[in-house]
Amino acid sequence: MSFLSYLINGISLGSVYAIIALGYTMVYGIAKMLNFAHGDVIMVGGYVAFTMMMNVGANPVVAVLVSIVVCTVLGIVIEAVAYRPLREAASPLAVLITAIGVSYLLQNVVLLIFSSNPKSFPSVVGVPDLKLAGGSLIITGKAIVTILSCIVIMIVLTTFINKTKPGQAMLAVSEDKGAARLMGINVNGTIALTFAIGSGLAAVAGVLLCSAYPSLTPYTGAMPGIKAFVAAVFGGIGSIPGAMVGGILLGVIEILAKAYISSQLADAIVFAVLIIVLLVKPTGLFGKQIQEKV
Amino acid sequence: MAAMLETTNLGISFGGLRAVNEFNMTIEKGELYGLIGPNGAGKTTVFNLLTGVYKPDTGRILLDGQDITGRSTIEINKGGIARTFQNIRLFKDMSVLDNVKAGLHNEFTYSLFSSIFHTPSYRRVEQQMNERAMELLKVFELEKHADLLASNLPYGEQRKLEIARALATEPKLLLLDEPAAGMNPNETQSLMDMIRFVRDHFDMTVLLIEHDMKLVSGICERLTVLNFGEVLAQGKTSDVLNNPQVITAYLGE
Amino acid sequence: MKDKTLKSNLITYGMVIAAYIVVQILLTTGNLSSLFKGLLVPLCVYAVLAVSLNLVVGISGELSLGHAGFMCVGAFASAFFSKCMQNIITISGLRFFLAILVGAAVAAVFGVLIGIPVLRLRGDYLAIVTLAFGEIIKNVINIFYIGIDSNGFHMSITDQFSMGMEPTGTMIITGPQGITGTPKDSTFTAGIILVLITLFIVLNLINSRDGRAIKSIRDNRIAAESIGINITKYKLMAFTVSAALAGAAGALYAHNLAALQASKFNFNTSILVLVFVVLGGIGNIRGSVIAAVILTALPEMLRFLSDYRMLIYAIVLIVMMLFNWAPKALEWRERYLGRFFKKTVKEGK
Repeated sequence: MSFLSYLINGISLGSVYAIIALGYTMVYGIAKMLNFAHGDVIMVGGYVAFTMMMNVGANPVVAVLVSIVVCTVLGIVIEAVAYRPLREAASPLAVLITAIGVSYLLQNVVLLIFSSNPKSFPSVVGVPDLKLAGGSLIITGKAIVTILSCIVIMIVLTTFINKTKPGQAMLAVSEDKGAARLMGINVNGTIALTFAIGSGLAAVAGVLLCSAYPSLTPYTGAMPGIKAFVAAVFGGIGSIPGAMVGGILLGVIEILAKAYISSQLADAIVFAVLIIVLLVKPTGLFGKQIQEKV
Repeated sequence: MAAMLETTNLGISFGGLRAVNEFNMTIEKGELYGLIGPNGAGKTTVFNLLTGVYKPDTGRILLDGQDITGRSTIEINKGGIARTFQNIRLFKDMSVLDNVKAGLHNEFTYSLFSSIFHTPSYRRVEQQMNERAMELLKVFELEKHADLLASNLPYGEQRKLEIARALATEPKLLLLDEPAAGMNPNETQSLMDMIRFVRDHFDMTVLLIEHDMKLVSGICERLTVLNFGEVLAQGKTSDVLNNPQVITAYLGE
Repeated sequence: MKDKTLKSNLITYGMVIAAYIVVQILLTTGNLSSLFKGLLVPLCVYAVLAVSLNLVVGISGELSLGHAGFMCVGAFASAFFSKCMQNIITISGLRFFLAILVGAAVAAVFGVLIGIPVLRLRGDYLAIVTLAFGEIIKNVINIFYIGIDSNGFHMSITDQFSMGMEPTGTMIITGPQGITGTPKDSTFTAGIILVLITLFIVLNLINSRDGRAIKSIRDNRIAAESIGINITKYKLMAFTVSAALAGAAGALYAHNLAALQASKFNFNTSILVLVFVVLGGIGNIRGSVIAAVILTALPEMLRFLSDYRMLIYAIVLIVMMLFNWAPKALEWRERYLGRFFKKTVKEGK
């Protein structure tokens, strides 16, 4: 039974990684950039929801909605101010470093406002725990909500991309910006929309993450951000089902490694699995193999 | 005496597409040989097979009597085939001189220790490399641009630099993939002179892909025509170009 | 051409030596604050790290996000060596010299071991795997307990007490607490010498047959192969030399600290060094030294801003990146600032 409950915890944590990884992977797919500030948008989402509930007294649903709106706007602003000017830069590293600058900026703004003392995040989940097998297997309400959110997001996002015009525009832009522009697609608008969606998802992930691990600091987003990045690469960066599968696998591996091998080595094991996957499949589980034409 | 290059039944498929099929071609030493055909006929694929970029599904490649089928690009280059590329592939952030010196990599060597400590042997060999590289640049009238970044060269000169770099590896057989692409008639004329000069001066055998019929008929002694991956015609340039089948393939029905 | 490179290299060495002389004068006249004195060795550490990372990122053209891992290996190997040899080799200069060699050699071995699998990958996949290795190194070193007593070495990966060591034994590595009591052998002079050696190795390597091979692969892998250059060999060469130099920097770092902990060598440290490389100019070795010095000193110089310090640092970083790299900003600079700033960024390539 303990294995099952570890597994469910893993899937729950993995669902959070998956939601963050979706943001990473969409942004990477379309802007071909590693947005290292993505993890910090999660943290901002957590703080906004925290402030709404504790200082404004809003109910959890309103708090989450406000958090999504703030992060969405934040994502659009970051893209327009810091990333868009560098899109045609001579080296792709330029925008990577700028993203790191944005990451420092977000952390330090939050640090100035809220100080580095950990905030104890209130629960936003009102769903009761589910007791199975006569109480020996407990699935927490948080886990249920997290996993369900992840599934819903996945379905909505896939439908959006495959069935709507803006979604198709995203695919077109990620395939070939120049050609998309010639087809009359608003490339800047489409990229901005991608950042908006990715950042909105980050807010959701932030709230879910803080509900599961209620200690919130300005650095809360950093490690989950990196893990989600690993998850995205794991699944094949740029691929939406890849981010999903990668995120969940990562969460499960992490929790199982913590439970059965060593809690100190759990991260090392996660990274080791990533390395092995990439050595066997150099572009991740769902990644496209691109052969350079000679 | 063995031919410089002999391929027998060479073939490769990509997915379901037979890109090159039953490709037989023999090039004698010192020949200027042309490989022509409509777009998509498989010419560059033949080059990629000859240089080990692709491994053939069937057939054999003999270079100067040596079987080089299935060898790696590096081994094949060391064995004596050098090439240029249809879409120019220079080392664009390196100087023109360094591009050629990179080509001399396996001809002039010294140890890593010498590299780091710039020992006397480093200085001696670098001196030799400079001299050799400048000689090659002079052949293509590029010596005055030696210090320029390769990406700053005009297009036509970039094509010439690619040939110089290929020659630096001291090949027996030089493969040129559309050397005159993007050149104006004057440049093409001077390129033809250069290719002839290279053949005579370096005892080179040259196989070239080209669309410019003036260049092909001007310097190639023999031709192979490819169409849909198959050999359509082969033989003396004048005969091949007058072959009605070839004319049809090029001009359509 | 040759003369120009030589002149440029001499300027780089001259700059480092001049900086050394100025600092020495300030030190003897007592004009250097203790804060700045404490920065001298770290400045050298980061300069060496930036130059060595530039060899991979700028010259070899691969993005590495795990440079701190090699620094970590070098730091621990050298500190371990010095702790063991403390009573055997009593001449501190010699011991430190050997410790740096040990740090560099062990890091080089890791460079080869990690480089062989990593360099098969491309682009961002390569980057993420270097990141992963960096984190693994940090996490694994974090769990080691190693001590020595009259029976020799004892080791554990759970805790200090399960090692079965005699009470008289001494701990060398104590898990997350790392290594304490490493002899403080690092000096500014030693640091400057290491910077000069690093520059010598990297600049000479770049201007050699091997350096050309490395750059040719960066510029066009397929063309490099077509002229008979062994891709794996030269990528690995750049990666390993870079790792060895990072290991040496780690040794310098370790012998400047009372307590050495693996957790310091995290992803952020790797990123910090990458920031130096990019701001100093990708492929521009001198720029790496300058950027490392300025950006290491900057947060300290901004101390008067107290809480706003890191915020300002972040803003400066973003603004500098936009100013140096955005095509529109470059156009604007060309037009209004003319020659002053012309392409300072791209010069090194």
